Amino acid sequence: MRSESRVSVHFAAGEEGWLRAAFETVRREWLVAFRNRQDLINPLVFFVLIVSLFPLGVSPEPEFLRQAGPGIIWVAALLAILLSLNLLFRNDYADGHLEQWVLSPQPLALLALARVAAVWVTTVLPLILLVPVLGVMLHLPAATGMVLVLTLLAGTPILVLVGAIGAALTVSLRGSGVLLVLIMTPFYVPVLIFGTGAVTAAAEGAPITGHLALLGAMLSLAVVLAPLAIAGALRISVSNG
Amino acid sequence: MTSTLLEARQIHCERDDRPLFSGLELTVGPGDLWRIAGPNGAGKTTLLRILAGLNPAFQGELLWRGEPVHRVRAQYQANLLFLGHSAGVSPSLTAFENLAGWQAMRAPTDPEQVMAALVDAGLAGYEDLPAAQLSAGQQRRVALARLYLSSAPLWILDEAFTAVDREAVGQLEALLSNRVRAGGAVILTTHHPLGLRDVRTLMLEEDHDAV
Repeated sequence: MRSESRVSVHFAAGEEGWLRAAFETVRREWLVAFRNRQDLINPLVFFVLIVSLFPLGVSPEPEFLRQAGPGIIWVAALLAILLSLNLLFRNDYADGHLEQWVLSPQPLALLALARVAAVWVTTVLPLILLVPVLGVMLHLPAATGMVLVLTLLAGTPILVLVGAIGAALTVSLRGSGVLLVLIMTPFYVPVLIFGTGAVTAAAEGAPITGHLALLGAMLSLAVVLAPLAIAGALRISVSNG
Repeated sequence: MTSTLLEARQIHCERDDRPLFSGLELTVGPGDLWRIAGPNGAGKTTLLRILAGLNPAFQGELLWRGEPVHRVRAQYQANLLFLGHSAGVSPSLTAFENLAGWQAMRAPTDPEQVMAALVDAGLAGYEDLPAAQLSAGQQRRVALARLYLSSAPLWILDEAFTAVDREAVGQLEALLSNRVRAGGAVILTTHHPLGLRDVRTLMLEEDHDAV
C-alpha cells in the first residue's frame, strides 16, 4: 500500500451534489439488483403463482373471477411487496454499506426517496406490467383492467414507501421478518380498500375519481413524509450497530 | 473560526444501565493523531461511533469547529471519513464499483482517481472482480482505498487495519503520519502496536472513568 495520499486535505462545504448522490443511489440499487436477479424474480413468481392458483383453488367460473379478480391481483401484489420488504436494507446493513450511506453528506431523506423509487421500479413495476396478461386470465374486461393498473400505479408506491419505514426500523433486529409483516399490514389496509374500491366502482359503471383522488392524496402524503421517517428510522438502526 | 476540528465535552454514555464513560473530554485539532485505547468492552467502538455522529445515545456536547454536530451534520459528514468494523464493501459489486460509488456520494467521480486509489491500496489487477471473490484482507483494502480518495480533514478509523498483512499496516501507519503532517486529524483504535510517534492516547478504563 502506498504511504502517501494523492489527495490533499481540504474542507468541503457539504450538502452539495445531492442530485449526483441521488443518481448514484439509484444506479447502485439497480446494479446490485441486476447482479442478484434471483431476488427480483422471487416476488414476481410469487405474484403470478397466487393469481394463477386462485381460480384453481376456488372457482374457475368467469363470473366469479370477474368479480374477485381485481381483489386477488391487489392482494397478491400487496403480499409480494410485503415479503420483499425484508430484503430492502438487510444486505446493506450486514456489509456496512448502510452506515457509509447514512454518513454521506447529502440529506438522507432525499437519498431514501431515490432509493425507494429505484426499488419500486425494479420490484413492483414488473408486477404491474404483468397485470394486463393476468387480467385476461381472470376474464377481466379491458376497461376494468385499465383501472386496475391505474390504481396499482398510484397505490403500490405508497406500499413501498410506508413499508420502507418498517424495513428501516427493523433492519437491525434478527429474525424481524414476521414482525415487519405484522407492523406493516394495518397500514396497508386503507390502500387496499381504496385500490380495490376504485376497480369495483369502475366495474359497476360508477365514477372512480373519488377513490383515485384519495389514493393520490395518500401517495402525495407518503412521498413527502415517508422519506423523513425512513431517514430517521435508518439513523436509529445504524446507531445500534 | 477556531482551529479545533472536533471537540467532545463531558461525554457520558451508558450501556445496559452501567456507565461506559463519563466526563470524557477530547479535543482534536489539525495535525492530531489520537488513539483510543482500553480493554475489550471499555467502549472504544461506542466512543468512535458517538464521535462520528452515528450514535446519538449520549449526554454531553459534540462540536465540529465550534458548532454542535447535530446542527451542522451535512458539513460535518462532508469532512469526515469513518471506517467501522464492517467495511461497507458490497460483495456483489466489483472493487472498482464499490469505490467509485463511495466517491460519487461525496464528490464528482473521477475513474482515473479511483483506479489510482485501488492501485495504491495494492489491488492492481483486482479492480473488476466482485468483492465476494476477494479475500478478507483484500476486501478490507477496498475499504481502505477510500483513504487515498479522501480529502476529509478528520478520519475516524475503528480497527481499520484488521485482516491486512503486517507490511501493509506499516505503510498505512506511514500514510497516517503523512496525513497528520499535512494537517489532517486521525482518531483510531487498534490492537496492533502503533509504530508512530506523537500519538496521543485516550485511555478508557475498565472501571468506567476516562483519564
